[in-house]
Amino acid sequence: MAAMNDPIAAPAKGAPKQRLVPGSGETHRHVLVVLVNNQPGVLNRVASMVRSRNFNIESLAVGHTERPDISRMTITLRGGDYAVEQMGKQLYRLIDVLKVQDLPESGVVEHELALIKVRATESKRSEILRIIELYKGRVLDVGPETVIIEHSGTEQEIDSLVALLGGFGIKEMVRTGTVALSRGSGAIDLEAILRAGPEPATTPNPTNRSK
Amino acid sequence: MTTQKMSTAAAAEASATAPPTRGRHVPNAGSPDAEAIEKARADMLHEARITERGRIGADALCEALINQGVDIIFGYPGGVILPLYDVWADYPELRTILVRHEQGAAHAADGYARASGRVGVCLGTSGPGATNLVTGIATAQLDSVPMVALTGNVPAALLGKDAFQEIDISGITLPMTKHNYLVRNADDIPRVIAEAFHIARTGRPGPVHVDFTKDALTSETQAQNPTMLNLPGFKPRADGHPRQVKLAAKAIAASQRPVILAGHGVLIADATDELRTFAHKAQIPVTHTLLGVGAIDETDPLSYGYMGMHGWKHVNKAIQSADLLIALGMRFDDRVTGSVSTYAPNAQIIHVDIDPSEIGKNVAVDIPIVGDVGNVLRALIKAVPQVDPAEREAYFEELSQWRADSESISWHGSGGWKKGLLTADYVMQRLGDLTDHDATLVSDVGQHQMWLARYAGFRRPNSHLSSGGLGTMGFGLPAAMGAALGRPDKETWAVVGDGGLQMTSQELLTVVVDKVPVKIALMDNKKLGMIRQWQEIVYGGNYHSSDLPAPQWDKLAEAYGMPTFKASSPEQVDEAIRAAQAHDGPALVWFEIEQTQNVLPMMPAGKGLSDLIDDTGVGADAGDEEGK
Repeated sequence: MAAMNDPIAAPAKGAPKQRLVPGSGETHRHVLVVLVNNQPGVLNRVASMVRSRNFNIESLAVGHTERPDISRMTITLRGGDYAVEQMGKQLYRLIDVLKVQDLPESGVVEHELALIKVRATESKRSEILRIIELYKGRVLDVGPETVIIEHSGTEQEIDSLVALLGGFGIKEMVRTGTVALSRGSGAIDLEAILRAGPEPATTPNPTNRSK
Repeated sequence: MTTQKMSTAAAAEASATAPPTRGRHVPNAGSPDAEAIEKARADMLHEARITERGRIGADALCEALINQGVDIIFGYPGGVILPLYDVWADYPELRTILVRHEQGAAHAADGYARASGRVGVCLGTSGPGATNLVTGIATAQLDSVPMVALTGNVPAALLGKDAFQEIDISGITLPMTKHNYLVRNADDIPRVIAEAFHIARTGRPGPVHVDFTKDALTSETQAQNPTMLNLPGFKPRADGHPRQVKLAAKAIAASQRPVILAGHGVLIADATDELRTFAHKAQIPVTHTLLGVGAIDETDPLSYGYMGMHGWKHVNKAIQSADLLIALGMRFDDRVTGSVSTYAPNAQIIHVDIDPSEIGKNVAVDIPIVGDVGNVLRALIKAVPQVDPAEREAYFEELSQWRADSESISWHGSGGWKKGLLTADYVMQRLGDLTDHDATLVSDVGQHQMWLARYAGFRRPNSHLSSGGLGTMGFGLPAAMGAALGRPDKETWAVVGDGGLQMTSQELLTVVVDKVPVKIALMDNKKLGMIRQWQEIVYGGNYHSSDLPAPQWDKLAEAYGMPTFKASSPEQVDEAIRAAQAHDGPALVWFEIEQTQNVLPMMPAGKGLSDLIDDTGVGADAGDEEGK
């Protein structure tokens, strides 16, 4: 083996500094709002992009906006700011994605809904009802052995109610996943996004090659 | 719900006592759904020509393709796409090339698009026809090539029922295309085709896949080509932000050791003139990526060469010592940067790309500019001050010294060809010279790909085509076929290895039958050369599966009706190339090259640009090993 490494002499400025590698950094919870065309397969496209960037979706809520042809996805996931921003940019590559917003940690109203079926024998029932009243929950159904409770609130509020009710025995439960809106008058201007829509169909298969 | 249950139970009871009817095994018999499925089954089986027809979906498709200016379609027929083949004869404007494998169709459409700048079109049937296209579509996706891939699928009523040759192909192409469509209704065809071509060619180009159910192709429709497109989620930004352009111009004016990194985007944007003007005005050396070969004429005094893992040592050295990198339409692939943390440690980075998601994806960028490279360069040309070459004298002096050093250990200096060995670098250099540096040279993937990029000396934009991002072996021959049809005014060569040619050798027949004048330069070292090189250098000589027994190439070519010209020593090279050029039609030139020549220098995986291996003493510039 002859001359293997011939390190390139460092330039006059001194020792090479380390270049920042994108994607390093702490991970924390993000709430992403993604506005999409309400069409078959769009959920698959968004989920596929999130998966390909190796994120685990913690919760996902999808529904119409004020326009039935536009859906709003609220995705919560954990990741570094840089990586989540990068994924947001890649989501824009999808033709059906109209808007991506990573909601800030503060200045946001967040809610999710939970239905919880709790074991509630006669002797425990009043105790359960007291807890529910405290949490401003609602009772939707009372059976001989169980009650079904509806509660809406932030993720943490529901977590704490679930923890309390856990002692009685939760038979079944379902959560919708977080939905969120930013506080104040600021809002995503759907009309502005859509106004930019129609454009003339381009001229037949042109080549832009000048040589 | 109870009544429904009752009635089902009653029906079951009735059918148990009554004699079996024809509908007995049909789930949910009698419902419209069941009838649609039965009709779809019948349609699948009966392929009879519709002699008296109105305007059906297949007609709408052909009209839409003609409306997009399509002249050639590379395809392969099959059951559910037959309605389209049934109407082809009515549309003589659309030339169809019958490939011998769908992968060839996709690569040919890709080569056509890269060479001509127009959208390439390929076609396959459902199931295996569609999955065979996948490799070619992925190749186009990673190299941003405008392509529309059309496939047939089973009738809509049978979707999801695992019908014959049914596969969820739009599910498969979803993550690897720019966009895809499943068309179930003939009325949607003109709109979808117009959108597909618009999306494929606009902004950062890419492949769009359109899947048609068989009944969409056979139903009557009066839908016409749209005049307007409504794609609110697809608005690529063409002009760079003026503030960013100003920041970039300021950084350029302040820099002492700037380097331009030119990528595929320069060619896609047709911005080679702007690049040359900009580089000369600001006096900045231009380096290029693999797909950026041809972005600048290599004889231009400011052209500095090919960067990256197998790039020139002087080029990588210039990047490592730069104080400013101006990246134009390139994406800092790992083959270009190696280890990012040691990449260009003292350089600020200006990154121009039309795709915002490329900014900051692989390296942290100081001045991002989102926009078309051509538009941004035109703005930058105005914004940067004219630089006198004398100001850069010391810098250029150093660069040319590095260049002389690094070239002296290649064929420019002590190449093995001088000792009578047939080395690939020599072949590439002769190929470039004998085609006047004007032919379209299409490479496959492997060692020869690197040698071609390094030694052929490219002068014309889009004269070098290569599968860079996906690194698809088998790309060379079919892509060259497409390139020859896309640019019939240019001589076209497929430069392939013995491994890659064996992957798509079936297309040898296509080029003969369809009289596509592709010349094939086969670099036969009887090895999977790049695998052998890695096993030698990275895996300590532990060779496995890198020896590659190959057919007797001249006999294979003869079987396909193609002449072979062979060269086994340097003095036979010119004669073989000239003989192939003189032959009217496709021809094979069989170069039996040195078996153990390596591509050097090389950056081992995980290392940085400063860690290039120059010479391991084994095979390096074969025949020059004494004293090592």
